[in-house]
Amino acid sequence: MAEEMRVVLRNYGKIDPLNIDDYINAGGYKALEKARSMSQADVIAEVRKSNLRGRGGAGFNAGMKWNFAYGVQADQKYVICNADEGEPGTYKDRIIMENDPHAVFEGMAICGYAIGANKGYIYCRGEYPYVVDLLNQAIAQAKAKGVLGEFDIEVRMGAGAYVCGEETALIESIEGHRGEPRYKPPFPPVSGLWGKPTIVNNVETFANVAQIIEKGGDWYAGLGAASYPGTKVLTLTGDVVNRTVIEVPTNTTIREVIFGFGGGIRDGKKFKAVQIGGTSGGFIPESLLDTPIDFDSMTAIGAVLGSGAVFVMDETRDIVDVVERIAGFFEHESCGKCAPCREGTMRMYELMKKVKSGKGTVKDIELMKKLGGVMSVACLCGLGQAAPSPVLTTITHFRADYDAKLQ
Amino acid sequence: MADYKDIIARYTAVPGGIIEAFHAIQKEMSYLPEEAIIAAAEAFKVPVAQAYGVATFYSYLSVKSRGKNVIRICESAPCHVAGAAEVVAALEKALGIKMGETTPDGKFTLEFTECVGQCQATPVITINGKPYGDVTPDKVAGILAAY
Ligand SMILES: Cc1cc2nc3c(=O)[nH]c(=O)nc-3n(C[C@H](O)[C@H](O)[C@H](O)COP(=O)(O)O)c2cc1C
Ligand code: FES
Repeated sequence: MAEEMRVVLRNYGKIDPLNIDDYINAGGYKALEKARSMSQADVIAEVRKSNLRGRGGAGFNAGMKWNFAYGVQADQKYVICNADEGEPGTYKDRIIMENDPHAVFEGMAICGYAIGANKGYIYCRGEYPYVVDLLNQAIAQAKAKGVLGEFDIEVRMGAGAYVCGEETALIESIEGHRGEPRYKPPFPPVSGLWGKPTIVNNVETFANVAQIIEKGGDWYAGLGAASYPGTKVLTLTGDVVNRTVIEVPTNTTIREVIFGFGGGIRDGKKFKAVQIGGTSGGFIPESLLDTPIDFDSMTAIGAVLGSGAVFVMDETRDIVDVVERIAGFFEHESCGKCAPCREGTMRMYELMKKVKSGKGTVKDIELMKKLGGVMSVACLCGLGQAAPSPVLTTITHFRADYDAKLQ
Repeated sequence: MADYKDIIARYTAVPGGIIEAFHAIQKEMSYLPEEAIIAAAEAFKVPVAQAYGVATFYSYLSVKSRGKNVIRICESAPCHVAGAAEVVAALEKALGIKMGETTPDGKFTLEFTECVGQCQATPVITINGKPYGDVTPDKVAGILAAY
């Protein structure tokens, strides 16, 4: 069986997160020192060479993004760590922050040096007040030690809105507004927080950075799948024996994740479906389980790697029941700014309720396909664009569950 | 109990601090009274409608009075398949109220929430933000007894 590989979780269980000396003794903050001895351009070049791509769902090349912000002249720039972690079934950013907060700070500070920003924010979801406390204590220790130098980090707490994980909605929220996504362009690296160049990266993305600076971009680029190198932290939920968090190289297959690390299906039952990447991810049938989890392989099968949530369902699960619940999630979380999402998520939920109650017809299925198709191109942000995916992929792969309920 | 005006004053110097102020008020009062929203609007120099728009946008902030202890039950898909509905039924029975309601003595409010990021132990509930995992109907009485 494939092995776990711990890059992001290198200090997991080995250090006391609230003792900064533990982190420093494990080699922490050396990479920041090294980065500061390099030119800003060289730091960015190293990160680009590693081909590190965002771990928050969109998979954008981190070094490339940093380069945009580096290239803009401004009196102030910002680094934001996206710790909103709103995708149901995901708790990997919590695990990273709870176990190794300084790895995240160090990555942020390296980014700050590279782009020329002296201020960082961590936007941590409101569901994690205990993580906010821990982060604040760890920041206080870093300040007392002086390891961050001129770089300042402030924690802001979200307030229970899934859409605030979207980077421009998140920025609006830090500014004290309703968390509604902005029209793009301009993109945050050019005009973000208070109109200044801003880098938004995920917790896990930042947690990789110090290792890349320490061991080199070539080392990182050689791990896992070539087009999306490195590791991915996954959280296993649902009907899997081991409901746990793992970190694996990105060329690991879904089957290895569920049946190897996950220990297979609970109670001796059979596998039915897995939804990867959070609640907006596609549903995957048995026949596609040999797909590697990397970003591009997942996209190629009409699914996503997303946040790395792995939600497993056994043979007894009613797909229509699960997808109806998911449709309810999107109806609730749509921010209402754009009509295709506001109306679309509501109609989709209505149709799913109708099908679940046994009153649906073949026409309703066709309508959902059409509506889903429109939403995936017409919605303003990723929320509405991805919302139909669970419906559409289950109509494709689990049509029998729908047919059994149609009139 | 700290006055909401004092709480707001602590955040007016923080850029974009109105949400932080709302969090702090809610921590004291368990919801955002109308006067507090109006006071925040004045302090942060935004129209009342805008402050109210912020307060009502976020599901964590409540403009309706709530009980001293807010119990939230995760209804996201992983908790849903793990039996959240049975936990809901057990909580409703134990407290004699329905979801969305507050007990007559003002002690408990029941609310739904989406995933709270403790999915290694589904189904999950939180009480005043503190998570309880692997909740079953027979664990409910024991959990409530601590409040
Ligand atoms: C509806 C929605 C929710 C999102 N939620 C998150 C989230 O919780 N955490 C996150 O890191 N990115 C989230 N994203 C992606 C961010 O917009 C952004 O791409 C990401 O933070 C960039 O960081 P990365 O390149 O390091 O992944 C979300 C996007 C959308 C459209
Ligand atoms: S799905 Fe319920 S806590 Fe995550």
